[in-house]
Amino acid sequence: MKYVDEFRDRDRAKSLVKEIAALVSEIDIAKDRPIAIMEVCGGHTHSIFRYGIEGMLPKEIELVHGPGCPVCVLPMGRIDDCVAVAEQPNVICTTFGDAMRVPGSRKSLLQAKASGADIRMVYSPMDALALARKNPNREVVFFGIGFETTMPSTALTILQAEAEGVTNFSVFCNHITIVPTIKAILDDPDMQIDGFLGPGHVSMVIGTNPYEFVAHYYNRPMVVAGFEPLDVLQSIWMVLKQIKDGRAEIENQYTRIVPEEGNAQALDAVYKVYELREFFEWRGLGSIEHSGVRIRDAYAQYDAERKFAMPHLKVADPHACQCGGVLKGLIKPWQCQVFGTACTPETPLGALMVSSEGACAAYYQYGGIKKQAVAS
Amino acid sequence: MCLGIPGRIVKIDDADKKLATVDVSGIKRQVNVACIVDEANPVSSCVGAWVLIHVGFAMSRIDEAEAAETLKILRELGEAQAEMEAMRSSGLR
Repeated sequence: MKYVDEFRDRDRAKSLVKEIAALVSEIDIAKDRPIAIMEVCGGHTHSIFRYGIEGMLPKEIELVHGPGCPVCVLPMGRIDDCVAVAEQPNVICTTFGDAMRVPGSRKSLLQAKASGADIRMVYSPMDALALARKNPNREVVFFGIGFETTMPSTALTILQAEAEGVTNFSVFCNHITIVPTIKAILDDPDMQIDGFLGPGHVSMVIGTNPYEFVAHYYNRPMVVAGFEPLDVLQSIWMVLKQIKDGRAEIENQYTRIVPEEGNAQALDAVYKVYELREFFEWRGLGSIEHSGVRIRDAYAQYDAERKFAMPHLKVADPHACQCGGVLKGLIKPWQCQVFGTACTPETPLGALMVSSEGACAAYYQYGGIKKQAVAS
Repeated sequence: MCLGIPGRIVKIDDADKKLATVDVSGIKRQVNVACIVDEANPVSSCVGAWVLIHVGFAMSRIDEAEAAETLKILRELGEAQAEMEAMRSSGLR
């Protein structure tokens, strides 16, 4: 496939790994402790496990898998709200497949579907709008999740519904924003991160300028990275080069997709439809200021939170789960007491086991068992 | 959802609604192209463009020159390593 295969060349990956090892040998801090590099985005976590990148790297590099999987950080209370809406008569609830198995406190969307709720998986919010057109006597609700990558798609769908005068369509907005999340990580005294791989596709929308604070105020390097194996390896090399040179800058490895200024059309749609929430609740991380968006008053008729009664209860994460520790990189997935036993991809307790972009599911699927055996 | 997939726009379906057909390795599907058009790049300019698609939306044109540049840097990184290895094995350090 064009623009994919070129970035998967095995030989080139091997020589990059050698370059990385050469660079690490010149970095002083690596002599005392591992260099911690966090990939913020779940897409990178997925690539790192899928291609076995962690295993290729010298032991002096520790990859910390960050909180950037929107499915994984959905708190149980929001799933409960979505289930409550889906169970109302006359509602067709639509969602991306990733969200179907995320556990709520009562049930997941998949379990609600099994017990009779009309819940349908769609590929795009536009498919949900098409369902609304086809079923004018039913209420079609789209479960909107994701960072800035998918925010423009739901915003544009709402704008399209307005333009067509479709009134039986609404979005249950659970979109979250990346910058306050990175800031929360940097402010956490438990976290010791030497550099970041920046999220490629969020940056395609917001550009690279919003990350400047990471370099200026926190003195950490960040490289906005693509998702193919060579992209990830080259970006790790670029972070290490900054550390070796004593620089802290925002660099862009993924220039074929990410313009410095982001995507003006996408941002226009986002600002038109959404505004920041004061707080948003994250699974495992708690409440983070200004980390979520809601639908503006002007588009209230497309806001499922205003259209339907929802319980809006705060539900604590399951006691046995240590998702928070994993999300912050404090423990490895296989160090969680329920990893691979009570919590598996088939019957997940914590959301990190649900999506293939979650660190636990990735460890489980691509070699976590081996690590667990080594650890125990 | 977050990874996206590259495809090539083959046809404009509805210029007003900004809908086009994209070909992803032989699979065709309708996508929204609102995010990759502006005054300088009208809908009609999309045909033939390589784009990255997320959840039914073409979110970015893939910059072919930048892709080539990244591959060139990758190649050079690899070559430098090969050269250093040759130096090491030559024993002349």
